Amino acid sequence: MTAIRVRDLRKRYGQVEALRGISFEIEEGEVFGLLGPNGAGKTTTVEILEGYRRRDGGSVDVLGHDPQRAERAFRERIGVVLQHSEMWPNLTVAETLRVFAGYYRRSRDVGETIALVGLGHKRDDRIKTLSGGQKRRLDLALALVGDPELVFLDEPTTGFDPQARRAAWEMVRGLRSLGKTILLTTHYLDEAQQLADRLAVLRDGEIVTIGTPGELVDASGPTEIRYRLDGELTLLRTDEPTRALHELTGRALTEGRELRDLEVRRASLEDVYLELLREEEAPE
Amino acid sequence: MRLFLHQLRADQLVFWRNRESAIFVYLFPVLLFLLLGTVYGGTYEGRPVVDYLVASLIAYGVANTAFGGLAIMLVVRRELGILKRIRSTPLPAATYVAAALASIVVVFLLQTATILLLGKLVYDAAWPDDWLSVALAVGVGAAAFCALGLAAAALIRSSEGAAAVVNVIILPMTFLSGGFGPTRDFPDFLQRIADVLPLTYFVELIVGIFVHGEALWAKPGTIAVLVLWGLIGAAIAVRRFRWEPRLG
Ligand SMILES: Nc1ncnc2c1ncn2[C@@H]1O[C@H](COP(=O)(O)OP(=O)(O)OP(=O)(O)O)[C@@H](O)[C@H]1O
Ligand SMILES: [Mg+2]
Repeated sequence: MTAIRVRDLRKRYGQVEALRGISFEIEEGEVFGLLGPNGAGKTTTVEILEGYRRRDGGSVDVLGHDPQRAERAFRERIGVVLQHSEMWPNLTVAETLRVFAGYYRRSRDVGETIALVGLGHKRDDRIKTLSGGQKRRLDLALALVGDPELVFLDEPTTGFDPQARRAAWEMVRGLRSLGKTILLTTHYLDEAQQLADRLAVLRDGEIVTIGTPGELVDASGPTEIRYRLDGELTLLRTDEPTRALHELTGRALTEGRELRDLEVRRASLEDVYLELLREEEAPE
Repeated sequence: MRLFLHQLRADQLVFWRNRESAIFVYLFPVLLFLLLGTVYGGTYEGRPVVDYLVASLIAYGVANTAFGGLAIMLVVRRELGILKRIRSTPLPAATYVAAALASIVVVFLLQTATILLLGKLVYDAAWPDDWLSVALAVGVGAAAFCALGLAAAALIRSSEGAAAVVNVIILPMTFLSGGFGPTRDFPDFLQRIADVLPLTYFVELIVGIFVHGEALWAKPGTIAVLVLWGLIGAAIAVRRFRWEPRLG
């Protein structure tokens, strides 16, 4: 089953064309990552799917609903972490979650949800005393307390320390294993690689590539061989790494020279990503 | 209804938990009443001054609480992103707004009751004769000023400015409309301004009931002006109210 279907989605803000006709589908139970530099249109896309913003063109289907109509039945089924939001500063974590839990016909247990995001030791503390990362975890808890089928996470781990990020990853994996569908945006490539079943790279309102993390890396072409000879750094790109390396080391051996800092590497997702963004900038 | 009560309870919790809102919105008019009651006594035009004070401070309360308190509360929540966040939950927007209004009205009613009670206990003010008129006048005033509070929330751009803007409106308005004492000796142009202020009409109504023992129905024109102001506020709110923070 398809959870989200987006066709030729367009959005403009005055002169700014924020989305120039993007299309993608997300299957039920899939974790889909949306990557892209600042201003690429990630938040715009996510907020159209959540029902916050109206589209200017194209069609959108989320769990069989048109989010633009923001029906209550639709909102019962989604969970949302906004890129920015705050909560009542003087309520405690548990009180805030109880308020939100009351909005849903069917909600998760409040204590369990707090424990799930690792705020158990803060449950009776006021929100204004939480750190930035702890507030973000509260946002996550608020998104989950309605026991949604589909969860939107707009940069959910921004501001997390490395340990908290790992914990959040575990949580997302946990949600996935419960069969939830997740759409997340992130600036962190390792996060996308770790979590996303498939991902799309957005730039300037267009999808420049879409696929599994593995496919993106495979499509990236040549292997890189780097070495330093006579103090000079050389970079070699090849589709035949075995032969290239053999020739290179063979020559060095016969000449009795050392290839310092020799390194063979496949492109990482990060290389692919940066390459994609660079290609797009070139025509200027 | 269950959702409405749930949200009303949440709004009450948020209100009383925040010391600033509890003190400035609920307590301040009460303290002002005690202060003025201690300073001024005796009679004015043959009526006990404390009756004027009770009426005046209820009028100040409607401006301070139903109008100002509501506007500030909504602007702050909007700018924090709380309104936006709640919009993607199943809580209907109308239920949310209804609960927010009800919550501030609860505060205003408690405040009014406190002033009445302190007037009686501390300054030996007489109870009003006509409780029905009191209840209806307070209800009409609360409704009109809540509507104006919604309009103000829609027009105010930032939470930093909200308290300042609201006070710049409330204090001169209360002064000009007779909430802080008779305006008979004011220069003509100030009285002209007062003639269009909604609070002038609420003061007229409430002073009539508390001081002169009139019934609410004695002043249909006054009620009509209040209702008109309420409708203007509601119209602005419907057209301009936003759930999302302003950008930048
Ligand atoms: N409400 C708005 N009004 C006007 N322009 C907007 C609005 N929201 C976004 N934009 C513009 O649309 C473009 C896409 O913005 P969007 O917030 O979707 O990007 P993003 O990919 O989420 O960026 P970031 O990584 O910084 O969060 C940007 O050029 C932005 O300036
Ligand atoms: Mg964004």
